Amino acid sequence: MEYVIELEHVTVRYQELVALEDVSLRVTPGEFLALIGPNGSGKTTLIKAILGLVMPAAGTVRLFGKPPQQLDGDWKRVGYVPQTAQIDPRFPIRVFDVVLMGRYGQVGLIRRPGHRDRETVWRALERVGMAELAQRPIGRLSGGQRQRVLVARSLANEPELLLLDEPTTGVDVGATEGLFDLLEVLHQQGMTILVVSHDVGVVAQHVNQVACVNRRLVAHGRPEEVLGGEVLECMYGPQAAFVGHGDFPHVVVQRHGPQEG
Amino acid sequence: MPEILSYTFMQRALLASVLIGTVSAVIGVYVVLRGLSFIGAGIAHASFGGVALGFLLGINPLLTAVVFCLLTAWGIAWTSRRAEVKEDTAIGIFFAATMALGILFIGLMRGYNVDLFGYLFGSVLAVTRLDLWLSLLLGAGVLLIVGLFFKELLFITFDPEMARVSGLPAGAIYVLLLSLMALTIVLSIKVVGIILVSALIVIPAAAAYQLTEDFRRMMLLAVVIGNLSAIVGLFLSYGLNTASGATMVLTATLIFFLSALLSPRRRRARV
Repeated sequence: MEYVIELEHVTVRYQELVALEDVSLRVTPGEFLALIGPNGSGKTTLIKAILGLVMPAAGTVRLFGKPPQQLDGDWKRVGYVPQTAQIDPRFPIRVFDVVLMGRYGQVGLIRRPGHRDRETVWRALERVGMAELAQRPIGRLSGGQRQRVLVARSLANEPELLLLDEPTTGVDVGATEGLFDLLEVLHQQGMTILVVSHDVGVVAQHVNQVACVNRRLVAHGRPEEVLGGEVLECMYGPQAAFVGHGDFPHVVVQRHGPQEG
Repeated sequence: MPEILSYTFMQRALLASVLIGTVSAVIGVYVVLRGLSFIGAGIAHASFGGVALGFLLGINPLLTAVVFCLLTAWGIAWTSRRAEVKEDTAIGIFFAATMALGILFIGLMRGYNVDLFGYLFGSVLAVTRLDLWLSLLLGAGVLLIVGLFFKELLFITFDPEMARVSGLPAGAIYVLLLSLMALTIVLSIKVVGIILVSALIVIPAAAAYQLTEDFRRMMLLAVVIGNLSAIVGLFLSYGLNTASGATMVLTATLIFFLSALLSPRRRRARV
Protein backbone atom coordinates (compact mmCIF):
# COMPACT_ATOMS: atom_id res chain seq x y z
CA MET A 1 0.00 0.00 0.00
CA GLU A 2 1.04 3.57 -0.50
CA TYR A 3 1.97 5.44 2.63
CA VAL A 4 1.08 9.10 2.86
CA ILE A 5 4.32 9.84 4.70
CA GLU A 6 7.31 7.54 4.82
CA LEU A 7 10.51 8.41 6.66
CA GLU A 8 13.40 5.96 6.70
CA HIS A 9 16.35 6.48 9.05
CA VAL A 10 16.12 10.26 8.74
CA THR A 11 18.83 12.30 10.42
CA VAL A 12 18.78 16.10 10.29
CA ARG A 13 21.65 18.28 11.43
CA TYR A 14 21.95 22.03 11.82
CA GLN A 15 25.70 22.44 11.61
CA GLU A 16 26.94 20.34 14.57
CA LEU A 17 23.57 20.12 16.29
CA VAL A 18 21.71 16.90 15.63
CA ALA A 19 18.03 17.83 15.53
CA LEU A 20 16.72 14.42 14.51
CA GLU A 21 18.48 11.10 14.60
CA ASP A 22 17.56 7.94 12.74
CA VAL A 23 13.81 8.56 12.67
CA SER A 24 11.67 6.08 10.78
CA LEU A 25 7.96 6.76 10.62
CA ARG A 26 5.10 5.67 8.37
CA VAL A 27 1.73 7.33 8.18
CA THR A 28 -1.12 5.47 6.50
CA PRO A 29 -4.07 7.13 4.73
CA GLY A 30 -6.79 8.27 7.12
CA GLU A 31 -4.54 8.31 10.17
CA PHE A 32 -4.92 11.06 12.78
CA LEU A 33 -1.44 11.28 14.28
CA ALA A 34 -0.13 13.51 17.01
CA LEU A 35 3.58 14.18 17.11
CA ILE A 36 4.43 15.02 20.70
CA GLY A 37 7.64 15.87 22.49
CA PRO A 38 9.16 18.58 24.67
CA ASN A 39 10.29 21.93 23.32
CA GLY A 40 13.38 21.63 21.16
CA SER A 41 12.84 17.91 20.57
CA GLY A 42 12.83 18.21 16.78
CA LYS A 43 9.07 18.11 16.12
CA THR A 44 9.09 21.15 13.86
CA THR A 45 12.22 19.86 12.14
CA LEU A 46 10.41 16.60 11.46
CA ILE A 47 7.51 18.43 9.79
CA LYS A 48 9.94 20.52 7.76
CA ALA A 49 11.80 17.39 6.69
CA ILE A 50 8.52 15.80 5.59
CA LEU A 51 7.78 18.90 3.50
CA GLY A 52 11.29 19.08 2.05
CA LEU A 53 11.92 22.43 3.73
CA VAL A 54 15.01 21.01 5.44
CA MET A 55 17.22 18.39 3.82
CA PRO A 56 18.11 15.32 5.86
CA ALA A 57 21.81 14.59 6.27
CA ALA A 58 20.91 10.91 5.98
CA GLY A 59 17.85 8.82 5.26
CA THR A 60 14.95 9.22 2.86
CA VAL A 61 11.66 11.10 2.99
CA ARG A 62 8.66 10.24 0.87
CA LEU A 63 5.39 12.11 0.58
CA PHE A 64 2.70 10.25 -1.36
CA GLY A 65 5.44 7.91 -2.50
CA LYS A 66 7.76 10.60 -3.89
CA PRO A 67 10.63 12.66 -2.50
CA PRO A 68 9.20 16.09 -1.58
CA GLN A 69 11.49 17.78 -4.14
CA GLN A 70 9.70 15.89 -6.91
CA LEU A 71 6.15 16.26 -5.65
CA ASP A 72 5.17 18.85 -8.30
CA GLY A 73 1.44 18.54 -9.00
CA ASP A 74 0.90 16.46 -5.86
CA TRP A 75 1.52 19.49 -3.64
CA LYS A 76 -2.18 20.17 -3.98
CA ARG A 77 -2.74 17.06 -1.83
CA VAL A 78 -0.80 18.67 1.04
CA GLY A 79 -2.01 21.29 3.50
CA TYR A 80 0.44 22.89 5.92
CA VAL A 81 -0.31 25.09 8.90
CA PRO A 82 2.94 26.67 10.13
CA GLN A 83 3.42 28.15 13.58
CA THR A 84 1.81 31.59 13.73
CA ALA A 85 5.18 33.04 14.72
CA GLN A 86 6.27 32.43 11.14
CA ILE A 87 3.84 35.09 9.93
CA ASP A 88 4.61 38.80 10.29
CA PRO A 89 1.43 40.19 11.91
CA ARG A 90 2.30 43.68 10.67
CA PHE A 91 2.24 42.64 7.02
CA PRO A 92 -0.39 44.77 5.26
CA ILE A 93 -2.79 42.07 4.12
CA ARG A 94 -6.39 41.09 4.79
CA VAL A 95 -7.69 37.76 6.04
CA PHE A 96 -9.35 36.86 2.73
CA ASP A 97 -6.16 37.46 0.74
CA VAL A 98 -4.13 35.28 3.12
CA VAL A 99 -6.57 32.39 2.72
CA LEU A 100 -6.65 32.92 -1.05
CA MET A 101 -2.91 32.12 -1.06
CA GLY A 102 -3.95 28.57 -0.22
CA ARG A 103 -5.31 28.41 -3.77
CA TYR A 104 -2.26 29.86 -5.54
CA GLY A 105 -0.54 26.52 -6.10
CA GLN A 106 -3.61 25.14 -7.85
CA VAL A 107 -4.31 28.32 -9.79
CA GLY A 108 -0.83 28.02 -11.29
CA LEU A 109 1.80 30.51 -12.39
CA ILE A 110 0.67 33.87 -13.78
CA ARG A 111 -3.03 32.92 -13.87
CA ARG A 112 -5.51 34.74 -11.63
CA PRO A 113 -7.74 33.06 -9.03
CA GLY A 114 -11.26 32.65 -10.35
CA HIS A 115 -14.78 32.40 -9.01
CA ARG A 116 -14.36 28.80 -7.84
CA ASP A 117 -11.21 29.73 -5.91
CA ARG A 118 -13.06 32.50 -4.11
CA GLU A 119 -15.94 30.15 -3.28
CA THR A 120 -13.46 27.68 -1.79
CA VAL A 121 -11.90 30.45 0.29
CA TRP A 122 -15.30 31.44 1.68
CA ARG A 123 -16.07 27.83 2.58
CA ALA A 124 -12.70 27.51 4.35
CA LEU A 125 -13.31 30.75 6.25
CA GLU A 126 -16.74 29.54 7.34
CA ARG A 127 -15.32 26.23 8.56
CA VAL A 128 -13.01 28.04 10.97
CA GLY A 129 -15.59 30.70 11.84
CA MET A 130 -13.66 33.59 10.32
CA ALA A 131 -15.98 34.58 7.45
CA GLU A 132 -17.16 37.74 9.21
CA LEU A 133 -13.59 38.94 9.60
CA ALA A 134 -12.60 38.26 5.98
CA GLN A 135 -11.81 41.88 5.21
CA ARG A 136 -9.90 42.56 8.43
CA PRO A 137 -6.13 43.18 8.23
CA ILE A 138 -4.26 40.36 9.95
CA GLY A 139 -2.58 42.89 12.24
CA ARG A 140 -5.94 43.38 13.97
CA LEU A 141 -6.51 39.74 14.87
CA SER A 142 -5.85 37.91 18.13
CA GLY A 143 -3.30 35.09 18.13
CA GLY A 144 -6.07 32.49 18.08
CA GLN A 145 -7.83 34.19 15.16
CA ARG A 146 -4.59 34.36 13.20
CA GLN A 147 -4.13 30.65 13.83
CA ARG A 148 -7.59 29.97 12.39
CA VAL A 149 -6.73 32.01 9.30
CA LEU A 150 -3.72 29.77 8.70
CA VAL A 151 -5.89 26.66 9.15
CA ALA A 152 -8.38 28.12 6.65
CA ARG A 153 -5.55 28.79 4.20
CA SER A 154 -4.49 25.15 4.34
CA LEU A 155 -8.10 23.98 3.91
CA ALA A 156 -8.54 26.26 0.88
CA ASN A 157 -6.08 23.94 -0.86
CA GLU A 158 -8.54 21.06 -0.25
CA PRO A 159 -5.74 18.72 0.84
CA GLU A 160 -5.75 14.98 1.56
CA LEU A 161 -3.00 15.40 4.14
CA LEU A 162 -2.95 18.15 6.72
CA LEU A 163 0.18 18.98 8.74
CA LEU A 164 -0.19 21.38 11.65
CA ASP A 165 2.77 22.74 13.62
CA GLU A 166 1.84 23.64 17.20
CA PRO A 167 -1.62 24.94 16.28
CA THR A 168 -2.62 25.45 19.91
CA THR A 169 0.28 27.61 21.08
CA GLY A 170 -1.04 30.85 22.52
CA VAL A 171 -4.63 29.74 21.97
CA ASP A 172 -7.12 29.50 24.83
CA VAL A 173 -8.75 26.23 25.92
CA GLY A 174 -12.06 26.85 24.15
CA ALA A 175 -10.37 27.63 20.84
CA THR A 176 -8.12 24.58 21.22
CA GLU A 177 -11.16 22.34 21.67
CA GLY A 178 -12.81 24.05 18.70
CA LEU A 179 -9.79 23.35 16.53
CA PHE A 180 -9.60 19.68 17.54
CA ASP A 181 -13.33 19.27 16.96
CA LEU A 182 -12.78 20.59 13.44
CA LEU A 183 -9.82 18.26 12.94
CA GLU A 184 -11.95 15.31 14.06
CA VAL A 185 -14.60 16.19 11.49
CA LEU A 186 -11.95 16.48 8.78
CA HIS A 187 -10.52 13.15 9.89
CA GLN A 188 -13.94 11.51 9.68
CA GLN A 189 -14.23 12.84 6.14
CA GLY A 190 -11.09 10.89 5.29
CA MET A 191 -8.33 13.45 5.71
CA THR A 192 -4.96 12.25 7.00
CA ILE A 193 -3.83 14.57 9.78
CA LEU A 194 -0.50 15.03 11.52
CA VAL A 195 -0.53 17.53 14.35
CA VAL A 196 2.55 18.61 16.26
CA SER A 197 2.01 19.48 19.89
CA HIS A 198 3.78 19.61 23.20
CA ASP A 199 0.43 19.36 24.96
CA VAL A 200 -0.12 15.64 25.54
CA GLY A 201 -3.35 16.05 27.48
CA VAL A 202 -5.24 17.72 24.67
CA VAL A 203 -4.12 15.57 21.78
CA ALA A 204 -4.49 12.19 23.52
CA GLN A 205 -8.27 12.55 23.60
CA HIS A 206 -8.67 13.20 19.90
CA VAL A 207 -6.07 11.38 17.84
CA ASN A 208 -5.83 7.68 17.01
CA GLN A 209 -2.04 7.53 16.80
CA VAL A 210 0.71 9.16 18.84
CA ALA A 211 4.39 9.44 17.98
CA CYS A 212 6.77 10.69 20.66
CA VAL A 213 9.84 12.48 19.46
CA ASN A 214 12.84 13.52 21.44
CA ARG A 215 15.53 13.79 18.81
CA ARG A 216 14.81 10.09 18.20
CA LEU A 217 11.42 8.51 17.73
CA VAL A 218 10.71 7.29 21.26
CA ALA A 219 7.45 5.50 20.56
CA HIS A 220 4.69 5.26 18.01
CA GLY A 221 1.29 3.63 18.46
CA ARG A 222 -2.21 4.10 19.80
CA PRO A 223 -2.41 6.70 22.59
CA GLU A 224 -3.26 4.18 25.31
CA GLU A 225 -0.35 1.94 24.27
CA VAL A 226 2.22 4.64 23.90
CA LEU A 227 1.60 7.04 26.73
CA GLY A 228 3.18 4.97 29.46
CA GLY A 229 5.77 5.86 32.02
CA GLU A 230 8.77 5.07 29.85
CA VAL A 231 7.73 7.50 27.15
CA LEU A 232 6.95 10.18 29.66
CA GLU A 233 10.23 9.82 31.40
CA CYS A 234 12.09 10.03 28.15
CA MET A 235 10.20 13.12 27.17
CA TYR A 236 9.76 15.06 30.33
CA GLY A 237 12.24 13.55 32.79
CA PRO A 238 11.70 11.29 35.83
CA GLN A 239 9.42 13.82 37.58
CA ALA A 240 6.54 13.35 35.15
CA ALA A 241 3.57 11.04 35.42
CA PHE A 242 0.11 10.60 33.99
CA VAL A 243 -3.07 10.88 35.95
CA GLY A 244 -5.35 8.13 34.72
CA HIS A 245 -8.80 9.22 33.68
CA GLY A 246 -11.20 6.83 32.03
CA ASP A 247 -9.62 4.59 29.44
CA PHE A 248 -6.53 6.58 28.71
CA PRO A 249 -4.06 8.67 30.60
CA HIS A 250 -4.91 12.30 30.61
CA VAL A 251 -2.72 14.89 32.22
CA VAL A 252 0.94 15.31 32.90
CA VAL A 253 1.78 16.41 36.44
CA GLN A 254 4.79 16.73 38.67
CA ARG A 255 5.23 13.66 40.86
CA HIS A 256 5.32 14.53 44.55
CA GLY A 257 8.59 14.07 46.38
CA PRO A 258 8.86 10.98 48.67
CA GLN A 259 8.89 13.02 51.88
CA GLU A 260 5.45 14.35 51.03
CA GLY A 261 4.26 10.79 50.76
CA MET B 1 7.14 76.51 -14.26
CA PRO B 2 6.05 75.94 -17.90
CA GLU B 3 9.14 77.58 -19.39
CA ILE B 4 11.31 75.14 -17.47
CA LEU B 5 9.59 72.37 -19.38
CA SER B 6 10.43 73.92 -22.71
CA TYR B 7 13.99 72.69 -22.18
CA THR B 8 14.44 69.29 -23.74
CA PHE B 9 16.70 68.08 -20.93
CA MET B 10 14.02 69.03 -18.40
CA GLN B 11 11.34 67.15 -20.32
CA ARG B 12 13.59 64.10 -20.34
CA ALA B 13 14.38 64.52 -16.66
CA LEU B 14 10.69 64.79 -15.80
CA LEU B 15 9.85 61.64 -17.76
CA ALA B 16 12.75 59.83 -16.13
CA SER B 17 11.62 61.00 -12.68
CA VAL B 18 8.07 59.75 -13.18
CA LEU B 19 9.44 56.43 -14.35
CA ILE B 20 11.84 56.17 -11.42
CA GLY B 21 9.23 57.29 -8.90
CA THR B 22 6.82 54.63 -10.15
CA VAL B 23 9.05 51.61 -10.70
CA SER B 24 11.19 52.14 -7.57
CA ALA B 25 8.09 52.45 -5.40
CA VAL B 26 6.51 49.26 -6.78
CA ILE B 27 9.66 47.22 -6.21
CA GLY B 28 10.19 49.00 -2.88
CA VAL B 29 7.00 47.47 -1.49
CA TYR B 30 8.52 43.99 -1.78
CA VAL B 31 11.90 45.21 -0.56
CA VAL B 32 10.44 46.80 2.58
CA LEU B 33 8.08 43.94 3.42
CA ARG B 34 10.65 41.20 2.81
CA GLY B 35 13.51 43.14 4.45
CA LEU B 36 15.74 43.32 1.37
CA SER B 37 17.03 46.88 1.84
CA PHE B 38 20.60 45.75 2.36
CA ILE B 39 20.53 43.63 -0.80
CA GLY B 40 19.28 46.73 -2.62
CA ALA B 41 22.22 48.76 -1.38
CA GLY B 42 24.57 45.93 -2.33
CA ILE B 43 23.23 45.67 -5.88
CA ALA B 44 23.32 49.46 -6.25
CA HIS B 45 26.99 49.55 -5.36
CA ALA B 46 27.66 46.73 -7.79
CA SER B 47 26.43 49.00 -10.56
CA PHE B 48 29.50 51.18 -9.94
CA GLY B 49 31.73 48.42 -11.28
CA GLY B 50 29.46 48.08 -14.30
CA VAL B 51 29.39 51.81 -15.02
CA ALA B 52 33.18 52.06 -14.76
CA LEU B 53 33.56 49.11 -17.14
CA GLY B 54 31.23 50.80 -19.62
CA PHE B 55 33.42 53.91 -19.61
CA LEU B 56 36.54 51.81 -19.95
CA LEU B 57 35.17 49.92 -22.96
CA GLY B 58 33.49 52.97 -24.45
CA ILE B 59 29.96 51.52 -24.44
CA ASN B 60 26.82 52.86 -22.76
CA PRO B 61 27.51 52.38 -19.01
CA LEU B 62 23.88 51.49 -18.34
CA LEU B 63 24.28 48.34 -20.43
CA THR B 64 27.32 47.14 -18.48
CA ALA B 65 25.58 48.15 -15.25
CA VAL B 66 22.64 45.87 -16.13
CA VAL B 67 25.04 42.95 -16.46
CA PHE B 68 26.87 43.75 -13.21
CA CYS B 69 23.70 44.25 -11.20
CA LEU B 70 22.02 41.09 -12.48
CA LEU B 71 25.13 39.00 -11.84
CA THR B 72 25.39 40.42 -8.32
CA ALA B 73 21.72 39.72 -7.62
CA TRP B 74 22.09 36.14 -8.83
CA GLY B 75 25.36 35.75 -6.96
CA ILE B 76 23.76 36.81 -3.69
CA ALA B 77 20.80 34.49 -4.26
CA TRP B 78 23.06 31.57 -5.16
CA THR B 79 25.42 32.05 -2.24
CA SER B 80 22.69 32.34 0.35
CA ARG B 81 20.85 29.36 -1.16
CA ARG B 82 23.92 27.23 -0.67
CA ALA B 83 23.77 28.48 2.93
CA GLU B 84 27.53 28.14 3.28
CA VAL B 85 27.63 31.81 4.31
CA LYS B 86 24.89 34.02 5.65
CA GLU B 87 23.13 36.26 3.17
CA ASP B 88 24.37 39.54 4.66
CA THR B 89 27.93 38.19 4.51
CA ALA B 90 27.43 37.35 0.83
CA ILE B 91 26.10 40.86 0.20
CA GLY B 92 29.07 42.38 1.99
CA ILE B 93 31.48 40.41 -0.18
CA PHE B 94 29.79 41.22 -3.53
CA PHE B 95 29.31 44.82 -2.50
CA ALA B 96 33.03 45.32 -1.84
CA ALA B 97 34.30 43.20 -4.72
CA THR B 98 32.25 45.02 -7.38
CA MET B 99 33.21 48.43 -5.98
CA ALA B 100 36.85 47.35 -6.02
CA LEU B 101 36.48 46.27 -9.65
CA GLY B 102 35.05 49.69 -10.44
CA ILE B 103 38.01 51.42 -8.84
CA LEU B 104 40.35 49.13 -10.76
CA PHE B 105 38.62 50.00 -14.05
CA ILE B 106 38.90 53.72 -13.28
CA GLY B 107 42.61 53.22 -12.72
CA LEU B 108 42.92 51.66 -16.17
CA MET B 109 41.30 54.70 -17.78
CA ARG B 110 43.39 57.65 -18.88
CA GLY B 111 42.67 60.77 -16.89
CA TYR B 112 39.81 61.73 -14.67
CA ASN B 113 36.31 61.10 -15.94
CA VAL B 114 33.77 63.68 -14.82
CA ASP B 115 30.81 61.75 -16.26
CA LEU B 116 31.64 58.71 -14.14
CA PHE B 117 31.26 60.75 -10.99
CA GLY B 118 27.96 62.03 -12.31
CA TYR B 119 26.75 58.45 -11.95
CA LEU B 120 27.78 58.35 -8.30
CA PHE B 121 25.73 61.37 -7.29
CA GLY B 122 23.17 61.52 -10.10
CA SER B 123 22.56 64.30 -12.54
CA VAL B 124 19.42 65.46 -14.30
CA LEU B 125 21.33 67.15 -17.08
CA ALA B 126 23.01 63.92 -18.05
CA VAL B 127 19.89 62.04 -19.17
CA THR B 128 20.28 61.49 -22.90
CA ARG B 129 17.63 60.40 -25.37
CA LEU B 130 19.15 56.92 -25.44
CA ASP B 131 19.20 56.73 -21.63
CA LEU B 132 15.56 57.63 -21.55
CA TRP B 133 14.61 54.94 -24.05
CA LEU B 134 16.68 52.40 -22.19
CA SER B 135 15.02 53.38 -18.90
CA LEU B 136 11.57 53.22 -20.46
CA LEU B 137 12.29 49.75 -21.76
CA LEU B 138 13.60 48.55 -18.38
CA GLY B 139 10.78 50.22 -16.46
CA ALA B 140 8.06 48.82 -18.70
CA GLY B 141 9.66 45.38 -18.47
CA VAL B 142 9.79 45.49 -14.67
CA LEU B 143 6.18 46.66 -14.35
CA LEU B 144 4.97 44.04 -16.83
CA ILE B 145 6.69 41.22 -14.94
CA VAL B 146 5.36 42.49 -11.59
CA GLY B 147 1.88 42.52 -13.14
CA LEU B 148 2.22 38.99 -14.46
CA PHE B 149 3.68 37.51 -11.28
CA PHE B 150 1.76 39.71 -8.87
CA LYS B 151 0.33 36.86 -6.78
CA GLU B 152 3.55 34.86 -6.75
CA LEU B 153 5.63 37.87 -5.65
CA LEU B 154 3.11 38.61 -2.90
CA PHE B 155 3.20 34.99 -1.77
CA ILE B 156 7.00 34.70 -1.47
CA THR B 157 7.11 38.08 0.25
CA PHE B 158 4.47 37.16 2.82
CA ASP B 159 5.35 33.52 3.46
CA PRO B 160 8.20 32.03 1.40
CA GLU B 161 8.05 28.65 3.10
CA MET B 162 4.35 28.23 2.38
CA ALA B 163 4.95 29.34 -1.21
CA ARG B 164 7.38 26.45 -1.61
CA VAL B 165 4.99 23.98 -0.04
CA SER B 166 2.20 25.10 -2.39
CA GLY B 167 4.28 23.78 -5.28
CA LEU B 168 5.15 27.16 -6.79
CA PRO B 169 8.79 27.63 -7.86
CA ALA B 170 9.46 29.90 -4.89
CA GLY B 171 13.24 29.90 -5.32
CA ALA B 172 13.00 31.01 -8.94
CA ILE B 173 10.48 33.73 -8.03
CA TYR B 174 12.85 35.05 -5.37
CA VAL B 175 15.62 35.26 -7.96
CA LEU B 176 13.14 37.02 -10.26
CA LEU B 177 12.43 39.57 -7.52
CA LEU B 178 16.15 40.24 -7.02
CA SER B 179 16.54 40.60 -10.80
CA LEU B 180 13.69 43.13 -10.89
CA MET B 181 15.48 45.04 -8.12
CA ALA B 182 18.65 45.04 -10.21
CA LEU B 183 16.86 46.44 -13.27
CA THR B 184 15.08 49.08 -11.18
CA ILE B 185 18.41 50.20 -9.75
CA VAL B 186 19.98 50.48 -13.19
CA LEU B 187 17.19 52.60 -14.58
CA SER B 188 17.48 55.02 -11.63
CA ILE B 189 21.24 55.49 -11.26
CA LYS B 190 21.67 58.19 -13.90
CA VAL B 191 19.26 60.60 -12.21
CA VAL B 192 19.44 59.54 -8.56
CA GLY B 193 23.03 58.36 -8.35
CA ILE B 194 24.51 55.03 -7.29
CA ILE B 195 24.92 56.10 -3.68
CA LEU B 196 21.29 57.11 -3.13
CA VAL B 197 19.39 54.86 -5.50
CA SER B 198 18.36 52.27 -2.91
CA ALA B 199 16.92 55.04 -0.72
CA LEU B 200 14.41 55.93 -3.44
CA ILE B 201 13.34 52.29 -3.52
CA VAL B 202 12.96 51.92 0.23
CA ILE B 203 11.62 55.27 1.49
CA PRO B 204 8.37 55.70 -0.51
CA ALA B 205 7.34 52.12 0.30
CA ALA B 206 8.28 52.59 3.96
CA ALA B 207 6.15 55.76 4.06
CA ALA B 208 3.22 53.94 2.44
CA TYR B 209 3.61 51.12 4.99
CA GLN B 210 2.88 53.65 7.74
CA LEU B 211 -0.43 54.59 6.18
CA THR B 212 -2.27 51.40 5.32
CA GLU B 213 -2.82 47.76 6.23
CA ASP B 214 -3.84 46.71 2.72
CA PHE B 215 -1.25 45.40 0.26
CA ARG B 216 -2.64 46.90 -2.96
CA ARG B 217 -3.27 50.22 -1.26
CA MET B 218 0.30 50.20 0.05
CA MET B 219 1.58 49.76 -3.49
CA LEU B 220 -0.65 52.53 -4.82
CA LEU B 221 0.38 54.90 -2.02
CA ALA B 222 4.05 54.06 -2.56
CA VAL B 223 3.71 54.99 -6.24
CA VAL B 224 2.02 58.29 -5.36
CA ILE B 225 4.70 59.10 -2.78
CA GLY B 226 7.48 57.97 -5.11
CA ASN B 227 6.23 60.22 -7.91
CA LEU B 228 5.68 63.11 -5.54
CA SER B 229 9.24 62.75 -4.20
CA ALA B 230 10.76 62.43 -7.66
CA ILE B 231 8.85 65.31 -9.28
CA VAL B 232 9.00 67.73 -6.35
CA GLY B 233 12.64 66.80 -5.84
CA LEU B 234 13.38 67.44 -9.50
CA PHE B 235 11.86 70.93 -9.56
CA LEU B 236 13.40 71.83 -6.20
CA SER B 237 16.81 70.73 -7.41
CA TYR B 238 16.37 72.84 -10.54
CA GLY B 239 15.21 75.87 -8.57
CA LEU B 240 17.78 75.57 -5.79
CA ASN B 241 20.54 74.30 -8.05
CA THR B 242 21.09 71.24 -5.86
CA ALA B 243 21.84 67.62 -6.78
CA SER B 244 18.68 65.99 -8.13
CA GLY B 245 19.06 62.59 -6.48
CA ALA B 246 19.80 64.02 -3.05
CA THR B 247 16.88 66.45 -3.30
CA MET B 248 14.49 63.64 -4.28
CA VAL B 249 15.69 61.44 -1.43
CA LEU B 250 15.34 64.26 1.12
CA THR B 251 11.83 65.03 -0.18
CA ALA B 252 10.94 61.35 0.23
CA THR B 253 12.42 61.35 3.73
CA LEU B 254 10.29 64.33 4.69
CA ILE B 255 7.18 62.52 3.41
CA PHE B 256 8.23 59.44 5.37
CA PHE B 257 8.39 61.35 8.66
CA LEU B 258 5.05 63.00 7.97
CA SER B 259 3.54 59.56 7.24
CA ALA B 260 5.02 58.14 10.43
CA LEU B 261 3.42 60.97 12.41
CA LEU B 262 0.04 60.35 10.78
CA SER B 263 0.33 56.59 10.94
CA PRO B 264 -2.71 54.70 12.24
CA ARG B 265 -0.27 51.88 13.04
CA ARG B 266 1.56 54.18 15.42
CA ARG B 267 -1.52 54.68 17.51
CA ARG B 268 -1.93 50.92 17.97
CA ALA B 269 1.60 49.64 18.22
CA ARG B 270 5.21 50.41 17.58
CA VAL B 271 6.40 49.97 14.01
